[in-house]
Amino acid sequence: MNKLASRLKGRSELGLVALLGAVGVIVIVDAASITVPYSQSDPVGPKTMPFIVGGLLLVCAVLLAINVLRGGRGEAEAGEDVDLSHPTDWRTVVPLIGAFVLNVLLIDTVGWVISGALLFWGSAWALGSRRYVRDAIIAVVLSLGTFYGFYLGLGINLPAGLLQGVL
Amino acid sequence: METFDLLMQGFSTAATPMNLLYAFIGVLLGTAVGVLPGIGPAMAVALLLPVTYALEPTSAFIMFAGIYYGGMFGGSTTSILLNTPGESATVITAIEGHKMAKAGRAAQALATAAIGSFVAGTIGTALLVAFTPIVVDFAVSLGSPSYLAIMILALLAVTAVLGASKLRGFISLGLGLAIGLVGADKVTGQQRLVFGQPLLVDGLDIVVVAVAIFAVGEALWIAAHLRRKPLTTIPVGRPWMGKQDWKRSWKPWLRGTAYGYPFGALPAGGAEVPTFLSYVTEKKLSKHPEEFGHGAIEGVAGPEAANNASAAGTLTPMLALGLPTNATAAVMLAAFTQYGIQPGPLLFDNEPDLVWALIASLFIGNTLLLLINLPLAPVWAKLLQIPRPYLYAGILFFATLGAYAVNLQAFDLVLLLVLGLLGFAMRRFGLPVLPLIIGVILGPRVEEQLRKSLQLSAGDISGLWNEPIAVGVYVIVALVLAWPLVMLAVRKARPRPVAAGADVPRAPGSPATNDGGVSGSAAAGSNAAGSKNDGDASGAGPTGTDRGTLGGSGSSGDSSAGSDARRRADDIQHERENS
Repeated sequence: MNKLASRLKGRSELGLVALLGAVGVIVIVDAASITVPYSQSDPVGPKTMPFIVGGLLLVCAVLLAINVLRGGRGEAEAGEDVDLSHPTDWRTVVPLIGAFVLNVLLIDTVGWVISGALLFWGSAWALGSRRYVRDAIIAVVLSLGTFYGFYLGLGINLPAGLLQGVL
Repeated sequence: METFDLLMQGFSTAATPMNLLYAFIGVLLGTAVGVLPGIGPAMAVALLLPVTYALEPTSAFIMFAGIYYGGMFGGSTTSILLNTPGESATVITAIEGHKMAKAGRAAQALATAAIGSFVAGTIGTALLVAFTPIVVDFAVSLGSPSYLAIMILALLAVTAVLGASKLRGFISLGLGLAIGLVGADKVTGQQRLVFGQPLLVDGLDIVVVAVAIFAVGEALWIAAHLRRKPLTTIPVGRPWMGKQDWKRSWKPWLRGTAYGYPFGALPAGGAEVPTFLSYVTEKKLSKHPEEFGHGAIEGVAGPEAANNASAAGTLTPMLALGLPTNATAAVMLAAFTQYGIQPGPLLFDNEPDLVWALIASLFIGNTLLLLINLPLAPVWAKLLQIPRPYLYAGILFFATLGAYAVNLQAFDLVLLLVLGLLGFAMRRFGLPVLPLIIGVILGPRVEEQLRKSLQLSAGDISGLWNEPIAVGVYVIVALVLAWPLVMLAVRKARPRPVAAGADVPRAPGSPATNDGGVSGSAAAGSNAAGSKNDGDASGAGPTGTDRGTLGGSGSSGDSSAGSDARRRADDIQHERENS
């Protein structure tokens, strides 16, 4: 059991290796597709830096793969509210991301006041708050407050969306 | 005396009622976010960037200055009352501070931290005033090759010296540099990593990147591991100190300041090393060594002063050279660029009003902190009780709002989420955040100087080292890179080379002669840490990479401080190479 868990943990870090490798390859391929004539005023050109960065990423990917396979492991970050004794709680994270995505999809059509309130309420729910009414009141106050605060204080017009004309 | 006149002018700008109000808001906000778990000063400045667009740059930076020092102050409150330091710089404070709080001396611990922070912040800012113009005079004479070399040194130092694993530092740096590449090339207009997406042509907005990595990534990460049992906070009244406490505190404050400022000013100094050095020094010099580990006031006073002095030190390279060396400075630098202000030595010529007002407001902010926070400490302690769902939902809410308000594009929110997930993964796999953010900010400037250097030499590669200072800096770069290999060789030859030096007498208060501190701390480390990570060239050993953040949170404070000691001792060796 323990062994399996530790093997799985090692494997998840290999995903990071894949990500690094992919980013490195993309950076290099993208740079290679740039065509610029050699210019006396810019001997370095726009391709050099991406090649260096892509190379760095690929080297890091290889070294990380070796490191992980030899038992190396990145140490997860600790913090005041972080309890590393239990594994990643996807039941909190996935709904949280859901609330975030919902806001991205809705913000331009229904406006910030509604989508922002949904974002706060949904996030609070995902994080375990079950006082629905109080959460909703705080959410609406926050989103209305920021809407008017940005409009009056900073001159930034957040989208009013469905409530256009009401606000 | 010219400097003095400029500073006075800065005071007259900063002391207008409006600007004092911004300083006040900044100090309050900074302390609040410093106290709140999960939010640090870097995240606070990042979240506030969009809000400050509507402000005058001067007012905005006065507010940032308040947040910067306020955040440091708030962090120490948390570590004393909660014993779970949010950032590495306050780990050491937590060791003795929390013990004091438990023993019913929370008021004294908070008081010595607050007054020590004030003393160190004021002296540190005075040193900043004294040294920064000298650095500027030196820096304006530098050409592109030297600049390039210095920036490469800063990148490498932040990546390879700080943090537990060098490899993971470089990974983070590479990702940051890649993010910095996105957009149209400034010289040729060629599009890089744009993928036909017109919204990417202008590059990734640094505000979006900073908010994503610091705020969204952090909120998601904490959500994934949220502590279900709330931590117990120690209630506290108004901080105060007795005569005996004053007597035992003032020397550690001064010694801590002397450690903190120079380390903060170095490219990779940071606050961890000086706070640790200060702790070790105080333990050695104390008349009550038996109290260490059970709540010695010197162990709070010294490290806390070192922490704040290092924060002041960090501003020297940021203002004089445009080089950020900690996360908050990096975000503040991003704010300069957002205002179209070019950071670097010319800043003092082009924007003297802004710079000197900023420096003056550091003095003001520091004083405000002391005046406000001593009476408010019980209120701050209450902030720790805020329901966590609201806290983290609020962070996500304001992160979204901030990133959206920059361009009013939903696309920025997609980027925010993608980069936030990257920030989550980085925390999961132990990739440090700082190299990434510094890479995003310095990457484009490194490229610019690289191209300028070779442009001047018409493509001749020797144009990269045709200035003596550039050569000198590259020698240091080579030493930084080669050092682990040298240490590895030395360790293989002689397994415990430094353990004998534990009783070398130290010269207090002088960072230039820190041999005693080094050997003392290394010796402490060799007892506790054993030889687990000795043969690990990349510094990524499975167990030897304890950054000490957990160390402050258990009763095992002493032994983990020991294992930190070994790594710190290594770091310090680097520093001595650098200087």
